[in-house]
Amino acid sequence: MSTTTPRRERPKRTDKTATPMAARVAGAKSQKAGAAHPRHNGRHSQRWLAWVFLAPTILGMGLFTLIPIVASVVLAFFRWDIISAPTFVGFDNFSEVVQDPTVRVSFVNTILFVVVAVALQLGLALALAIMVQEKMPAWLRVFFRSAFFFPLILSAASVSIFMRYLFNEQFGVVNWFLSLVGIPAVPWLTTPGGSAAVVILVYVWQNFGFSFLLFIGGLASIPVETYEAASIDGATGWRKHLHVTLPLLSPTTLVASVMAIISALQVFDQPYVLTRGGPGDSTRTAVMVIFESAFQRLEFGQASAIGVLLTLIIMAITAAQFRLSKRFVFYQ
Amino acid sequence: MTTTTEHGLAPGHSPKLSQGLPETPSRRRFSWNFTVRVLLLLIAAALTLGPVLWTLSTSLRSPSESFKLPPSFIPWNPDFTSYGEVFQQLNIFLLVLNSALVTGLIAVGQMVSAAMAGYAFAHLKFRGRGALFSIVLATMMVPVQVTIVPVFMLIRGMGLSDTLLALILPAIPTAFGTFLMRQYFMGLPVELAEAAAIDGASPWRTFRSIYAPLAMPGMAIVGILAFNFHWNEFFRPLILTISEQNFTLPLGLVSLQGNLGTGSISVVLAGVVLSMIPALVVFMFGQRALQDGLTAGTGK
Repeated sequence: MSTTTPRRERPKRTDKTATPMAARVAGAKSQKAGAAHPRHNGRHSQRWLAWVFLAPTILGMGLFTLIPIVASVVLAFFRWDIISAPTFVGFDNFSEVVQDPTVRVSFVNTILFVVVAVALQLGLALALAIMVQEKMPAWLRVFFRSAFFFPLILSAASVSIFMRYLFNEQFGVVNWFLSLVGIPAVPWLTTPGGSAAVVILVYVWQNFGFSFLLFIGGLASIPVETYEAASIDGATGWRKHLHVTLPLLSPTTLVASVMAIISALQVFDQPYVLTRGGPGDSTRTAVMVIFESAFQRLEFGQASAIGVLLTLIIMAITAAQFRLSKRFVFYQ
Repeated sequence: MTTTTEHGLAPGHSPKLSQGLPETPSRRRFSWNFTVRVLLLLIAAALTLGPVLWTLSTSLRSPSESFKLPPSFIPWNPDFTSYGEVFQQLNIFLLVLNSALVTGLIAVGQMVSAAMAGYAFAHLKFRGRGALFSIVLATMMVPVQVTIVPVFMLIRGMGLSDTLLALILPAIPTAFGTFLMRQYFMGLPVELAEAAAIDGASPWRTFRSIYAPLAMPGMAIVGILAFNFHWNEFFRPLILTISEQNFTLPLGLVSLQGNLGTGSISVVLAGVVLSMIPALVVFMFGQRALQDGLTAGTGK
């Protein structure tokens, strides 16, 4: 608690536009001080210290992020199996990848997964956030918030391990509960539709808490007076949320959906542990295909080409969402 | 906690407002609304916590009973055979040691490097600061899966393949941590630096004696986030480690489930429960920090 309060308030205090005078005065002062102690506080020693402080981060990022990005794009134009020398093949990797039925299926799977999982995740998170934020005892609210947040701290691999048992056809708990209401055993992990459903459910189970937290923050920033005004105008219950909450929450919804889509596009752990992409290719995702072509078939060029395509899709979706936001997002 | 109550006050249904209106039906509808709402939330909470309770409870059944129905959600007669068993089938000590080493070193490395870089971006003046910060932020958008092939090559080239360092080194530079620490340092008053400058302190002294101690809570958030993420990480260890002696916990558990098939659920679940303990500790003591860190930079 003590850590949160200052972090929420502080950015406002230092906002330069908020106190231009103070900032200018401060700048002048520090320059004066610098002149008085040229050895210590001159621009020189500040710049020197800055580069020393930045060195680990900048060098590390250059080595492990920026160079790999460039290398990944370059590699997409080569055929390479690590053992023999790489050969330049132009756009061959891309055309092969685009025609490969497994890659195609996995991209279609990924997109269907994103659409269904993100819709479920956001819908569930929004409904629960609205319900939690309305009047209730504080301890109950704390309990619900902690409960919905809890799955986020677990590892997706561990979650998938126990979920595989829960969705087992013969002795799984899910089918046992279904049998109580007379539904015959569902072949969850042995049919294409069933496994797709399990991957989606397990993913949403673990991740809706993140969108929930974002919505809770967004709801808290809606001024109470707006609701009071709506109540006086006679808006109640659902209509109040439809006409007040949703429009005022749209900036949060945008952020939540961008983040949910980007992370869903990269889904790997759940399908890998739950189904290994099967049965057939029914739950194979884009990242699983990158993994398999690189580290099982040693086709590093093709893997890079798939990675480049996935990144382009992520960038396009992000850009599209921010363009759309200009039309539909309501900023106060 | 105070923030929770403040934010949580029913916006539309404030009691003052309903007192102002002289209708009683609105009061009855209100409590109706409360009951349905709490009931739905309780169902959602049961669905969220149920699988975890089942995991805990089933790990405390004997291996032969573990897949019997009806399922158990509360361990009335705990049986610890599965916990003994998992220690025999899996070198849990080594897995925990590997995970702790990797996660701990990444967390400390991120805290230190992010604090230094964040301070430089927040309080030190140098040419190209804005451009460099934009580049750091941009790297946040690149998914790990895209860089993993070249990183794998690089690690091989450095002679680090199949070592724990292969997991640790690439994870230390952190764009998100740097961003968080920059925000944190910008929230600390500039007057402190001015006072220190008047007293003749060097920029290094100013950082070490004044700003770094004040930034501890921010560093704690970076550390907790790093710990939680890398303790649970599966994709990178799957690719960057080969021999079992370098496996981390999630990897070891997945291979255990693979070996056992559906033989003894309770043994695998005992391993899963053991792997959750550190996450549970973080959840109990650092939940607030974790929530704030995860949602930092997403809203106003």
